[in-house]
Amino acid sequence: MAIALTEQGCPSGLAPADDGGARRADPDAFVRRDPSGHDTLELMVQGAKCAGCIRKIESSLLALPGVTDARLNLSTSRLRVAWSPGALAPTTITEALARIGYGAAAFDPAAAIREVDEEGRKLLRYLAVAGFAAMNIMMFSVPVWSGDGEMGEGTRTLLHWISALIAIPAALYAAQPFFRSAWQALRARRANMDVPISLAVVLTLGISIVETLQQGEHAYFDGITMLLFFLLIGRYLDHRLREQARTAARDLLALQSVTASRIGADGHVVAISAGDIAVGDRLILAAGDRAPVDGIVVEGTSELDRSMLTGETMPQLVRVGEAIHAGVINLSQRLVVRTEARAQDSSVAELARLIEAGEQGRARFVRLAEKAASLYVPVVHSLALATFLAWTFGPSLLRLVGIEALDVGLRVALMNAVAVLIITCPCALGLAVPAVQVVATGRLFKRGVLVKSGDALERLAQVDVAVFDKTGTLTLGKPRLVSAVESDVLQAAAALARVSRHPLSRALVEAAGPGVAVKEAHEIPGEGIEAGGMRLGRRTFAAPEFEDASDGAAELWFSSGHGPPTRFAFSDTLRPDAAQTIAALRGRGIAVELISGDRPVAVEAAAREAGIEHWSAAASPSDKAARLTALRAEGKKPLMIGDGLNDAAALAAAYASASPGTALEASQAASDVVLQGAQLMPLVEAIDVAKMARARALENLRFSALYNIVAAPLAAAGLLTPLIAALAMSGSSLIVTLNALRLQLRWSRA
Amino acid sequence: MNVMIVLIPIALFMAAVGLAAFFWSLRSGQYEDLDGAAHRVLIADEDDLPS
Repeated sequence: MAIALTEQGCPSGLAPADDGGARRADPDAFVRRDPSGHDTLELMVQGAKCAGCIRKIESSLLALPGVTDARLNLSTSRLRVAWSPGALAPTTITEALARIGYGAAAFDPAAAIREVDEEGRKLLRYLAVAGFAAMNIMMFSVPVWSGDGEMGEGTRTLLHWISALIAIPAALYAAQPFFRSAWQALRARRANMDVPISLAVVLTLGISIVETLQQGEHAYFDGITMLLFFLLIGRYLDHRLREQARTAARDLLALQSVTASRIGADGHVVAISAGDIAVGDRLILAAGDRAPVDGIVVEGTSELDRSMLTGETMPQLVRVGEAIHAGVINLSQRLVVRTEARAQDSSVAELARLIEAGEQGRARFVRLAEKAASLYVPVVHSLALATFLAWTFGPSLLRLVGIEALDVGLRVALMNAVAVLIITCPCALGLAVPAVQVVATGRLFKRGVLVKSGDALERLAQVDVAVFDKTGTLTLGKPRLVSAVESDVLQAAAALARVSRHPLSRALVEAAGPGVAVKEAHEIPGEGIEAGGMRLGRRTFAAPEFEDASDGAAELWFSSGHGPPTRFAFSDTLRPDAAQTIAALRGRGIAVELISGDRPVAVEAAAREAGIEHWSAAASPSDKAARLTALRAEGKKPLMIGDGLNDAAALAAAYASASPGTALEASQAASDVVLQGAQLMPLVEAIDVAKMARARALENLRFSALYNIVAAPLAAAGLLTPLIAALAMSGSSLIVTLNALRLQLRWSRA
Repeated sequence: MNVMIVLIPIALFMAAVGLAAFFWSLRSGQYEDLDGAAHRVLIADEDDLPS
């Protein structure tokens, strides 16, 4: 084993990720001609982790005849290969990768369009401009601050003018994201954090220009550019977080993308990507293929695995004229299907309405930062107004009651009011939440937990009920042999089972280990397999004289033609850490429920094994969604964990939702969190991290409030100078960021 | 103080060069694969190997 690892896969000794034997799409369908006339293919490579991997993958592909370019992006695990047209078959590439021990899957270009992250680039550009301006203006501000008293008025004004020349264009350019967002909010008659930010930017620039024109002392060009610089860092972090999770989730789905074999008008069969399927196409669905679209069977009889749609683990028989839905897996015989809908309109569409209804409920969720902003904006703006009024009318009021006071003039009153807005500009507030969320999701990302958005993390921290789906979520969705059988009987049965793709046959083969298959075996869909007097299949087929065992377990009967038949019982295996996960959730005060579309016997057994008391079986998709809605109506905050299309509506209706990486597209799209790998425990870690992140974000918000309580009266009293403003703003931003990084520190110690 | 007339433009020019360099690196895709870049330096070129 040790030798195999050093020769194959990652040379650092880490085995490549197990893809669970998932079927791979035919890469032929995804080859594209690039502008330079080369054929290109994008692949997702599994298990590449280090420099050795890059070298091994790139050099072995470049060694293939005709390959002109091979480049692996280690951050995204994407490999782009280019070759002269016709020089090699695309499957040669995946085979070459498999030989050196890396799993690779071709990408559906439609599902994984290489979008250049335009918005991220724009934000980086704003950030660079703001940083450039802030640093250069500092060059002129430091002499002004330190040359207090000695610097002549002319020199100071000159330095202010140079600062203004840099600051005005830079600030107007770099503040665009804030202006845009504030304008949108105001048009919708709401106030968000960007409203006070935009107001402060415009007022500060205005007042500083006026001050410079009048050769005054207080120009805040340094403060305003630095403020924008810090705010843009927060904005960029927030964007990166969402972009990273979005890309990873999309890549995961692209891996599942299916190709189809279309029978052309001339009878030829061509591989096409699922997105190219048109209504009325005739598709071949071989044993083991997943149906990409809804359709009607026009040829053949077979069994379907519908567990992704309904949670039901037992295969269902289909005949000519019957409908099949997108997402089902054909198990035994070749089928020809006439398509009834395009991929994007299939089955998923009828669930889309349910999902939409659920998501409307979630859209009402108010993010922590928005909550803070809604409290903050009115307070700060009325404080600024109060400052202005106090400085304008204050002196005359004081004179009325007989106290000697001189008028300060409109300019000073305005200056002090603006100073309040500048110093309370929510710089730390803007960083407080994103900084924490970036650290938390980055950490979870490394553990294989994709958090789709910042508010998903906030919602995850508050869940108090966890509702699990059974098939494919709590269980692996694969049956396992549970009855004890003599080894020679098992081997004889497995020899028959090897010709079939039926899940029970596969489980039997898995239990028996490697061996030979009976060549002349004949499979009868819905019944079993027959060869030379031996029969393996359902009771009525292999052992009609026996009574039903009636324990509800999935079963296969085997008769060798002589002697009594043997019964093989199967059960769906729980994920290895399912019971541990349930116990861990309970330990955190989260109640656990199981809701499944499967038969009551199977659900009860799984619930007992996992240690779940509340369960319900034979639930339809709308039953599941209704249960989640009922929980929310009770004031609970339920977390739904599911993988099938039948769970998608429930996932959307839940307060927070998670799905395993094997889940269907619609379910992943409706989930906040996607777990990669076969483990459930990362979910518990995700909840822990979410709770810590929430605590840290609240701390940051409290600190920002405290800072404002101290700083705002200073500004209102007219004691604010540009130096104090610059120090206070950068200081508070730094403290908030460091506090967020403390989250990382705690983990590295643990 | 007259030296400022020369020094300020020089300082601004140098900073602008830095900004331009950053934009160039952004446009030429140098931030697309940060992990890969960190590892690629470790790959020895074939010609550097002692034969």
